[in-house]
Amino acid sequence: MKHMTRKATRHVNQNEGLIFEKSSAGKGAWKLPPLDVPEVDTKKLLGSSERKDLGNMPEVSEIEIIRHFTRLSTWNYAIDLGMYPLGSCTMKYNPRVNEHVARVEGLADGHPYQPEKVSQGALRILQTLSECLIDITGMDAITLQPAAGAHGEMTGLLMVRAYHQSKGNARKKILIPDSAHGTNPATAAMVNYAVENLKSDARGMVDVAALESQMNEDVAALMLTNPNTLGVFEQQIHKIADILHAKGGLLYMDGANMNALVGKVRPGDFGVDVMHLNLHKTFSTPHGGGGPGSGPVAIKKSLEPFLPTPVVIAKPDGTLGFEYNRPKSVGRVRAFYGNFGMFVRALAYIMANGPDGLRQTTEDAVLNANYMRKGLEATYDLPYSTPTMHEVVFSDKLQAKNGVRTMDIAKRLIDYGFHPYTTAFPLIVPGAMMIEPTESESKEEMDLFIEAMTSIAEEVQEDPQLVLDAPHSTRVSRLDETAAARKPVLRWKPGN
Amino acid sequence: MAYPIDRKYTKEHEWIQATGTTAAIGITAYAQESLGDIVFVELPKVGAELSAGKTFGTVESAKAVSDLYAPASGTVTEVNGDLATSPEKVNKDPNGSWMVKITLKNPSELGALLSAADYEKFVAEEAGH
Amino acid sequence: MRYLPKSPADREAMLKAIGLRSLDELFAPIPAEYRLSRDLKVPRQMAESEIVEWFKERSRENGEGYTSFLGAGAYFHYRPVVIDSLISRGEFLTAYTPYQAEISQGTLQSIFEFQTMICELTGMEVANASMYDGSTAAAEAVMMAVRLTGRRSVVVARSLHPEYREVLTTYATHQGMPLAVVGFGDDGRVNLEELAKAVSGETACLLIQSPNFFGTIEDADAIAEIAHKNGAMLVVSIAEALSLGIVEPPRHADVIAMEAQSFGVPVAFGGPYCGVIATREKFVRQMPGRLVGQTTDKQGKRGFVLTLATREQHIRREKATSNICTNQALVALMVNIFMTIYGKAGLRELAKQNLAKTAYAAEQFGKQGKLLFTGAPRFNEFVVATSEDPYAINSRLLGHKTVGGLPLKKFFPELGNAALWCCTEMTTRTAIDTAVGLVAESESSVRSLKREADVEEVAR
Repeated sequence: MKHMTRKATRHVNQNEGLIFEKSSAGKGAWKLPPLDVPEVDTKKLLGSSERKDLGNMPEVSEIEIIRHFTRLSTWNYAIDLGMYPLGSCTMKYNPRVNEHVARVEGLADGHPYQPEKVSQGALRILQTLSECLIDITGMDAITLQPAAGAHGEMTGLLMVRAYHQSKGNARKKILIPDSAHGTNPATAAMVNYAVENLKSDARGMVDVAALESQMNEDVAALMLTNPNTLGVFEQQIHKIADILHAKGGLLYMDGANMNALVGKVRPGDFGVDVMHLNLHKTFSTPHGGGGPGSGPVAIKKSLEPFLPTPVVIAKPDGTLGFEYNRPKSVGRVRAFYGNFGMFVRALAYIMANGPDGLRQTTEDAVLNANYMRKGLEATYDLPYSTPTMHEVVFSDKLQAKNGVRTMDIAKRLIDYGFHPYTTAFPLIVPGAMMIEPTESESKEEMDLFIEAMTSIAEEVQEDPQLVLDAPHSTRVSRLDETAAARKPVLRWKPGN
Repeated sequence: MAYPIDRKYTKEHEWIQATGTTAAIGITAYAQESLGDIVFVELPKVGAELSAGKTFGTVESAKAVSDLYAPASGTVTEVNGDLATSPEKVNKDPNGSWMVKITLKNPSELGALLSAADYEKFVAEEAGH
Repeated sequence: MRYLPKSPADREAMLKAIGLRSLDELFAPIPAEYRLSRDLKVPRQMAESEIVEWFKERSRENGEGYTSFLGAGAYFHYRPVVIDSLISRGEFLTAYTPYQAEISQGTLQSIFEFQTMICELTGMEVANASMYDGSTAAAEAVMMAVRLTGRRSVVVARSLHPEYREVLTTYATHQGMPLAVVGFGDDGRVNLEELAKAVSGETACLLIQSPNFFGTIEDADAIAEIAHKNGAMLVVSIAEALSLGIVEPPRHADVIAMEAQSFGVPVAFGGPYCGVIATREKFVRQMPGRLVGQTTDKQGKRGFVLTLATREQHIRREKATSNICTNQALVALMVNIFMTIYGKAGLRELAKQNLAKTAYAAEQFGKQGKLLFTGAPRFNEFVVATSEDPYAINSRLLGHKTVGGLPLKKFFPELGNAALWCCTEMTTRTAIDTAVGLVAESESSVRSLKREADVEEVAR
């Protein structure tokens, strides 16, 4: 590396094949206790339904399993290793006490159908978390059932549809800004609404005049991310809400960027009717390589009759229970009550912070993004100069002149010991570089990142090929995605 | 880039080459280049009706999808089965890799399409943006 | 605040670098009238020890230490300690979706192994990286069949998990997908005659569960034949994944929508679990969810990437096969490790123990109450009808720190005083004998009450 970095050096990680390649008959990592009931004749019990062979399932010992997965783990980057500045993903620290309390016996082993009398602990967790999230969002009611953000969007739009239906007209379409995440239009399609694009103005905000002209009685709702994917707070939010409400429409807020607002401002106070939260973003539950998440949906009073069943209620005797008899409900969106283990973690996070901690968290997240902006705005093109909240979006315009694009710079960041930022999103910024440091980064880590980005910009000037060929320090170089998609190999088979 | 003069072009970057009342349809060299490595081509079945200006299939790279728009109306008589197993042929030889052949419903529709020279000019303007 | 790595001096220095005087100035873009001027109404900041104690208290209020006979889509199986030890590694726990393949090979390779094992167990050719859970996997599998067949009607077995059916109804309502429900016979299996009548040339797919909600193993081959004769697809939901250790998978199904919670995932009051969809290679482009594929790097070295991404929302937006983005990756890793631990021989032996416990329990319960659906094979659940309301029996069982079977009247009023009991390798003979004893007491007291009533009648 031309510019040595203070953060990363190359390290050795070990080779490891697929688990199937280590398997051989007769090895195993299990032992069952002796059977305390009579043995059975499986043939007699199952007849032709009996399975004879489990195919190529592996047979390996425990030490091999530990080494296998431990070696694989060393091939991953993670928050625990350093900054993970993916824009709109809010990769913050995942506190360990969350993991600990989610494994407390009565919670980890609580069955969803055990009698309410012996479910009071779990119900209390559902209720306490609900109350916290309702106050944080400034809304009136909530469902915790959706399993992830996109699932929350679907649940929210189902309630929007049911609300309009109850007024006699389900309406036809959803307005979605051109800066929106792909799940928004995909969700609208899932609940059978047409999608109408809403363009952004020169400052990267909703074009209020365009909204005014596009708004009519066919529009069920506007799905707005606020702050939006440029990290910009919609300053005309009250006007946006008024325009929608005047024509009977609803304001849906995608809460993906709630980390910019907690404790400082509440969506319920600026006109939002329905919104989802991502507990795996704002409330610190781990991403785990892609999930699980949790996507609670908070709503205003007018939408309450349509909540998915069941809802938690306080019963006359003071105990908690589930209410199923809700004739106007949109129905269930998943079995049981949602990703309960994530509720435990999110609540532990809220408790560890308290009101002052949550406020300071938001302030630090916004401070970090603005510090990042200041540190890089001389080096990278900033397409929108509107004030930054929790994330900042640059573009590769200056580096593209040397043939280096956002993805190349992202890959080069890996050599400097960082996870790349979000590339090529939002779609309204060609060559976007979307950076969200979160509150979890110290000034030192921020400075290292700025130094790395500055150094890469110099490399782009002096030796663009170095950047184009990056990463240079990983166990595999850039992978052939075209070949993977042309002739998909989606599973291991003996002999390949 | 030189575009063959034996065919007509659309602003959505398809070409159509007519022989009497039948015509072959493909995508231009410019289209394949901006899409990048093509990994999948989704085409209609024989007998499907195409209508001018409407989508009739998609071409995909690893990370993008583009709709195919019919340059003219007609009934699909043949589908290039090669592309199902070797979509890379579109990258290698866009002018030779026809996707579908159709019986033209209204051959006069072709009159409204771009000539090779006009298309080249159109592409130059688009790329300049 | 212990999670925030900044001293007051750091904040000061950073503000100064930006050219601001106070943190509040950062929020100037937000109109003043909306800014919150009070503390949030959330619990005060607590010490770690207080947090742990609070949740331990909740645990004690939550049936901690009880023996349970509940199943019904959430199963108690032993979780080898290796699972939590490995998934607690920060490199797995705190990584994002593996979009940057060069620094995500650990997650990617493990998903590739997961996809392979799910294929082996289900007999399918491709499996995705996970769905939210079994219920949403089933609903998404049905929507996949609707896209593939170009038909809209769906036939659903009444013996499907009732909450799965509710979820499907929610998903189908606004897609204009009519649902027809087909009942079950005396053996607990789908009524094939009724099914044959319900399926037509308009039917996109049949959705059944096997083992079904009552634990009964369906005749999936016969059902597949009915479906395929009509050009419809067969979607099979599997809620008890461990059954695949000893029960033949539905090899003629077109799509399998599975809940893999049984494989090392805590019951955890209903989630997070691990749904997964497996199907034929020819249907892969209509599959929802992420897929990992094998490829090579510039030096020809084997590596893995997310592939066929053009199906997904971040590229196809409103034309995507599903809106799913975040999935259940870490839970899929638990499942993967569990499958690796038990492997080819262990899964079979484990399933066999479940079968033995259930056979013993069903026999014992059958001597007291009435065992329903005896005409077909079952895996680890069975239905017992009692004379007394099962809620009453269960509340006495609670006194023995035991949670009895699930009373079915809420979901299946036609079954009266029936309850769904579940045994796994975790259920001890002692627990079974205790529960059977209480059912026996209940039955005999009902019988003696009835005798007294009869005697009175005669005396009058």
